[in-house]
Amino acid sequence: MASTTPTQIDTAPPVAKSGRSTGRAGDKIFAGLSKGSGILLLVIMASIAAFLTYRATIALSENEGNFLTTFDWNASANPPVFGIAVLLFGTVVSSVIAMAIAVPIAVGIALFISHYAPRRLAAPIAYVVDLLAAVPSIIYGIWGALFLVPQLNGLNLWLDEYLGWTYVFDKTQVGVARSLFTVGILLAIMILPIVTSVSREVFLQVPRMNEEAALALGATRWEVIRMSVLPFGRSGVISASMLGLGRALGETMAVATVLSPSFLISGHILNPGGGTFAQNIAAKFDEANEFGRDALIASGLVLFLLTLLVNGAARLIIARRKDFSGANA
Amino acid sequence: MSHALQDQRPQASRSAAPTSLTRGGLPRWAPAGIAVLSIALGSGIGLAFGLQSEIQWGLIAALLFLAITYTASAVIENRRQAKDRIATSVVWVSFVLAVIPLLSLIWTTVSRGVEVLTGDFLTHSMNGVTSFDEGGGVYHALLGTIEQIALATLIAAPIGLLTAVYLVEYGKGSLAKAVTFFVDVMTGIPSIVAGLFILTTWNLMLGFGPSGFAGAMALSILMMPVVVRSTEEMLKLVPNELREAALALGVPKWRVILKVVLPTAIGGISTGLMLAVARIAGETAPIMLLVFGSQLINGNPFEGAQSSLPLYIWEQYKVGSDASYDRAWAAALVLIAFVMILNLVARGIARWKAPKTGR
Repeated sequence: MASTTPTQIDTAPPVAKSGRSTGRAGDKIFAGLSKGSGILLLVIMASIAAFLTYRATIALSENEGNFLTTFDWNASANPPVFGIAVLLFGTVVSSVIAMAIAVPIAVGIALFISHYAPRRLAAPIAYVVDLLAAVPSIIYGIWGALFLVPQLNGLNLWLDEYLGWTYVFDKTQVGVARSLFTVGILLAIMILPIVTSVSREVFLQVPRMNEEAALALGATRWEVIRMSVLPFGRSGVISASMLGLGRALGETMAVATVLSPSFLISGHILNPGGGTFAQNIAAKFDEANEFGRDALIASGLVLFLLTLLVNGAARLIIARRKDFSGANA
Repeated sequence: MSHALQDQRPQASRSAAPTSLTRGGLPRWAPAGIAVLSIALGSGIGLAFGLQSEIQWGLIAALLFLAITYTASAVIENRRQAKDRIATSVVWVSFVLAVIPLLSLIWTTVSRGVEVLTGDFLTHSMNGVTSFDEGGGVYHALLGTIEQIALATLIAAPIGLLTAVYLVEYGKGSLAKAVTFFVDVMTGIPSIVAGLFILTTWNLMLGFGPSGFAGAMALSILMMPVVVRSTEEMLKLVPNELREAALALGVPKWRVILKVVLPTAIGGISTGLMLAVARIAGETAPIMLLVFGSQLINGNPFEGAQSSLPLYIWEQYKVGSDASYDRAWAAALVLIAFVMILNLVARGIARWKAPKTGR
């Protein structure tokens, strides 16, 4: 600990402006340690990208099919043929369904907590919604597969009968509801909490004056929300939705338990079949040989980049809003 | 400023326009009454048309509720009021829609889980139990989960804490900005990608076999950003006066952080840690890739395949026999109880130890 500097500091206090003591060994070590852990996090992120890319290039160089357009996954076969077309389609479709269901409901709940619920109930209700996030995804999975799937059979038949003309809701295959649509519903339940909590934070930041001005003009509560709360919170809701989208894209176990996978692209979302990146890795990993694993890692890399993009964009939008709002200055 | 005052303003100004003060207004009990009516109608329609699923009944009731509210309000009050009421109803309905799956999930897990959950279930492994037999237990999985979580916490907690200290106490400039941004992005890494990363480095590159430790490393990657975020928030709440007072007494900065800042925020930090633990306790995907699963008790997380609770649920689900479904639900109950208790205790600590923020 002792070095030449302590004497300097002992004489310094009457003159020195602040309590900074740059020369002490303990300070240096501690500052170095904490800076080091910060850098370590960046290194981990960088090496995830680097190592996955390295293994992925091994897989791609041997691939006999087209990585982007092949409708098949026989990575352990000789010669290996695999492509991510079906997985990309399934991942995007199930996430879009999840967003379409979850975002309106989440905005509703966020408004409920921030503007409608009685003051005393707001905190417990927010807590209950957060509990949804605490449930492990595998439990959502078995609940979805053993409880939700049989429950949705009726709804599927009904959608097929009355909305079958839309093509999307046309159910051409008989079978239980282990479809992308069911996966979307389950994912919607799973991403509700994150979308709700971020939107709620934004709605609570709406300047009080804007709301009071609208009220003073005789606006009803809904008009206040439409004129002052929603415009203010729009970018917050968008980034909240993108955070939810990031979660939905990468969800593994809930999809793996509910979906009955197949390597087909079908616009009939009620038909069982399809697949997602994460689900495919979970399902194919056990039977994959060394090369098959590299192929799965290649698909994992695509998933990683996809979530990175979505999450990064969401964070940038939030960060930009922070500077402009002035509410949290 | 006061809330009651604002609520009355618009009403007073609105009712000044019509001739009568009491003109057109649905009674206070109207929403409740319409709710009861539409639930009754929804169940009636469901029964009459022979719809099997209660989900459909609920959806019909919700739609009826919206329709009746709008019509009633549009007829008796006016269009603007009707819109306001329908917005209120939609907001309420969406809240109910969120609570139903939570209740249903917890109810299903508890009611299916308690059938099998006994002392025997908690203290025995699956050694010698074939998939279609009844009996067996989760002891090996519970042991594995606890060891893997403990190891992951040992790795992630110090790194996470130090990073948060860096961001709040030292961080300036572009490095701190980059760390903040990537910590945020890191919270969104899919768990299976974290598993694949450890698989490429630890298993494929360095040639180690599956072990609890490999799983713990993947879990720690998922845990770090959560710890950083929550600790950062808590450290920011520590009043600057405390730091300045200590610094003014000549205490070096690192001792100020260790002896003043961290103890002040310790309640919030431990809450954040427990929530992070609760989050990784239920992760299945990385465990599946890295720990592999085992029917036997393996107390050594550094050598050989282990099991864990979420992985056990997945294995039992895949077997697909009645006995294995029962075991899956019972294990799910154990896991959910573990996670929920952690959550409740963590939030209890947060409330009890929360620093005063003036709000």
